[in-house]
Amino acid sequence: MDMEEIKQTFFVECEEQLAELESGLLEMEAGEADSETVNAVFRAVHSIKGGAGAFQLEQLVSFAHVFETLLDLIRGDELEASADVVRVLLRAADVLSDLVNAARDGTEADESVWQPMKAELDQFINSNGDTSPSGAESAEDEVPVQDGPDEFGFEPIPISLDMFETEDDEAAGEYTVRFRPTRELFQSASEPLFILRELSGMGMATIECDTSNVPTLDAFDPTASYLGWTITIRGVENKDSLHEPFDFVEDQCELEITAIASGEATGALEEVSEDDLSPPVLEEIVTSPAEIEVEVAADAEMADEPKVQAQVSDAPAKVAEPSKQSANAAPATIRVDLERVDRLINLVGELVVNQAMLSQRVVEAGLTETSSVMMGLDELEQLTREIQDSVMAIRAQPVKTLLQRMSRVVREAADATGKIVRLRTEGESTEIDKTVIERLADPLTHMIRNAVDHGLEMPEKRSKAEKSEEGTIELSAAHRSGRVVIEIKDDGAGINRDKVRSIAVEKGLIGADAQLSDNEIDNLIFLPGFSTATEVSNLSGRGVGMDVVKRSIQALGGRISISSRPGHGSTFTMSLPLTLAVLDGMVVTVGGQTLVVPLTAIVETLKPKNSDVHNMGCDAAVVAVRDSFVPLIEVSEKLAFGEERTNPSDGVIILVETDEGKQNALLVDSIQDQRQVVIKSLEVSYGHIPGVAAATILGDGRVALILDVGELVQHVPGSSLNSDQPMMLEAS
Amino acid sequence: MSKTILTVDDSRAMRDMLKMALSDAGYDVVQAEDGVHGLEVLEGEAPDVIITDINMPRMDGFGFMEAVREDQRLRSVPILVLTTEFSPEKKQRARDAGATGWIVKPFDSEKLITAIRRVAA
Amino acid sequence: MNTTANKSDDEICEIVSFSVGAQEFGIDIQSVREIRGWTEETVLPRSPHYVRGVINLRGAVLPIVDLAARLEMGPSEPSARNVIIVTQINDQLVGLLVQSVSDILSVNKSQIQPTPDVASDLAKNFVRGVLPSENGMLSLIEIKDILPVELGEAA
Repeated sequence: MDMEEIKQTFFVECEEQLAELESGLLEMEAGEADSETVNAVFRAVHSIKGGAGAFQLEQLVSFAHVFETLLDLIRGDELEASADVVRVLLRAADVLSDLVNAARDGTEADESVWQPMKAELDQFINSNGDTSPSGAESAEDEVPVQDGPDEFGFEPIPISLDMFETEDDEAAGEYTVRFRPTRELFQSASEPLFILRELSGMGMATIECDTSNVPTLDAFDPTASYLGWTITIRGVENKDSLHEPFDFVEDQCELEITAIASGEATGALEEVSEDDLSPPVLEEIVTSPAEIEVEVAADAEMADEPKVQAQVSDAPAKVAEPSKQSANAAPATIRVDLERVDRLINLVGELVVNQAMLSQRVVEAGLTETSSVMMGLDELEQLTREIQDSVMAIRAQPVKTLLQRMSRVVREAADATGKIVRLRTEGESTEIDKTVIERLADPLTHMIRNAVDHGLEMPEKRSKAEKSEEGTIELSAAHRSGRVVIEIKDDGAGINRDKVRSIAVEKGLIGADAQLSDNEIDNLIFLPGFSTATEVSNLSGRGVGMDVVKRSIQALGGRISISSRPGHGSTFTMSLPLTLAVLDGMVVTVGGQTLVVPLTAIVETLKPKNSDVHNMGCDAAVVAVRDSFVPLIEVSEKLAFGEERTNPSDGVIILVETDEGKQNALLVDSIQDQRQVVIKSLEVSYGHIPGVAAATILGDGRVALILDVGELVQHVPGSSLNSDQPMMLEAS
Repeated sequence: MSKTILTVDDSRAMRDMLKMALSDAGYDVVQAEDGVHGLEVLEGEAPDVIITDINMPRMDGFGFMEAVREDQRLRSVPILVLTTEFSPEKKQRARDAGATGWIVKPFDSEKLITAIRRVAA
Repeated sequence: MNTTANKSDDEICEIVSFSVGAQEFGIDIQSVREIRGWTEETVLPRSPHYVRGVINLRGAVLPIVDLAARLEMGPSEPSARNVIIVTQINDQLVGLLVQSVSDILSVNKSQIQPTPDVASDLAKNFVRGVLPSENGMLSLIEIKDILPVELGEAA
């Protein structure tokens, strides 16, 4: 473990704290916060500041400090957390997050953003009457220095020793320290022994103990303090440093430090003091703790609590036994490296493959279905699937953080476009595989920005349309029939179908006289090359179209579509697989190769007759399916598997449907069977191949490619087929 | 024979830093995540020194120290408070709750060890 | 191409020597993960001519590069007697199809001579040095660029 690793840990914790901060502030905004929420919010910023200080992240510290001060006022009920204040706090939280990221990435945060924010926070603090704490000079951050001029815990006795001090005395570096603990010192579990030890280490010291106050046994009070010490110390350069050992106990003892005039004998106790009787002089030069110990033990056994004794003299080695108990109240959790989880998932994936291979070999070996071996294998398969499900569940996380991130996106988008927007979220506890969550962030962000920018109208326009000025975006996540469904619904103006249609025609995406249903028009926005940003706004002028969003969702094995009601708003619906690791597929043969077609894309399979196939133009073909004509795609040709063309009547047609409802007929040689396969990423081990989604390992140990139907039916460079022309499609 | 120090702090980064500094100085380190957890750990062996943060969820440093001081067995275990907040009021409050001494964050190893040696063997 | 300069010249490195076609090549053992026999690959559509496909390496998908084809020495026609050298390039595992593996040699860094200045680009790109060997000359392979860089997410 080294500082770098700890720094990483710190940044991970910062993420957690920032999430806590945001959710707490949102509760405060919604008026649902209690004092514990406010405390948690304070602690989050306090934690970040504390850690940042340890790593000397100055800017972060100074901002966090002001933020924390303001929050402290709120939690101490000195400042009310009104709606205005909470809004400011939310913005401050965003700025804090940026500063954390900058610190983590080693970049500079935008001063023009955080300095004014800091000043704004200061204003709130000042208007509350407190002195401004901005800048790190507040007393809170300094090492506690002695308070005030009264350095000693008691009134100086009338005969002040100070009048004997001269400059020479101080230069000689010889001092007398008188130290008499009060009972409070022991109650705080301080131990004079260690204090004296530290003091005597600062120079050449002689320590004398004054036991004159120790009463007889019958008058003895075990909690009282009867001892005092006089230490004469030489060779100390700085008188102030003599106070250090007493740092913790200054208000729990009588302490007097005076310089000795040079030439005076050490150890002589000539100054008169009320407390100073002539004590029996104990051993000289007791710099060795053991010796002091002996003396102290002899006289002070009653003054200290028995336990202190044991600590001083014996101090038995206590084996550190880390507590195995964890929190009882909250569900027990442990932190695991993501790498370990991934490894586990890979291993389980291989287990599934191996088990499938084993089954296959056993079948090939000719054992009957009912034999005990087969039955055993069936049980093995069950177990393996269960293990797989459990392991996949480890990586599943609630989407809460993702949804919360979106609230910041909404805030910023609303600010940038001048619209008033409220985000409502539902289904925060819905669990999705962690990697899916991460890869959803960008597409979701873009869709939300889109909804704010293009979906929602400006406040004036909304009130004219008799809507509330504040637009609402509803973001929800839920499990539905084995998949995760995420919806983004806005109550804006809906899709301007005429505009969309004309843009599509203009860009050559559809024919001028194409007949499209309303829904089909709505989904045109997902086509590559489509963009409605005729006015480049602050947000969307970056040229990232909805087609990129769609590709991202599809890359996760998901589908996306949009539906809209003019005047009332639009809804994006995304459906994603629960897990990225397995897939139900149809195993087919194409051009001598084995491929897998994802079951979710398959509508039906057909055995075509040659008479059903019609050519169009020189290089395209369609097949008649009941009442309509569907583009025919020869998979072996698309993937360039060889020169042989499959005769349609010799092969099988798999009718597939893409997310927009486009249908295509894939011509393959034959169908082997249908089974669940473990997905192996090809991109990681090799790279992306158009038309191929991933790979899998079949029961016979060979690698088979999994088709990406969506990509396959699009125009694949180099192929002769051009199939993204909806005008060839007739509604089926 | 090495001494045992119980560190109570809800920040893992902070616990790691303390552990690093203390182990290097030859101490055995036991960790807890907050006041409640700290008390659970203390049901086992008593450490030689306790170092605790103030601001923690579930039970903060003050509550923790008060609970520790109520236990006869633990009354004389020195407790050092680790914190960024440092007004005289906070110092007094810590003292009232049972603190022996304090360490200011950000700490450097030397100051940490000096503080420990000031209250324990 | 110069020999690697980050170690002292006195250091020994171990080289796995193998043959491709009639030529002898070598690769630093530190890049080698394992050596196994050849099995038939699953073809990858639209891949470069020297990428034969992928095979199953204990549950992982391993791309196989025909080294002879990569060095423009003509495609191999492998059989069970051929060998796959599984190498690690950055985070990726790549299998190199070669004819046979000969030996593991301990070579002093100072023995490695810089690549002769021949006209071939391929030689310059893939050979990082040469060694005199029993059979004549052994060329040390640079595998960093064995797989083309353009392979990645298609837009």
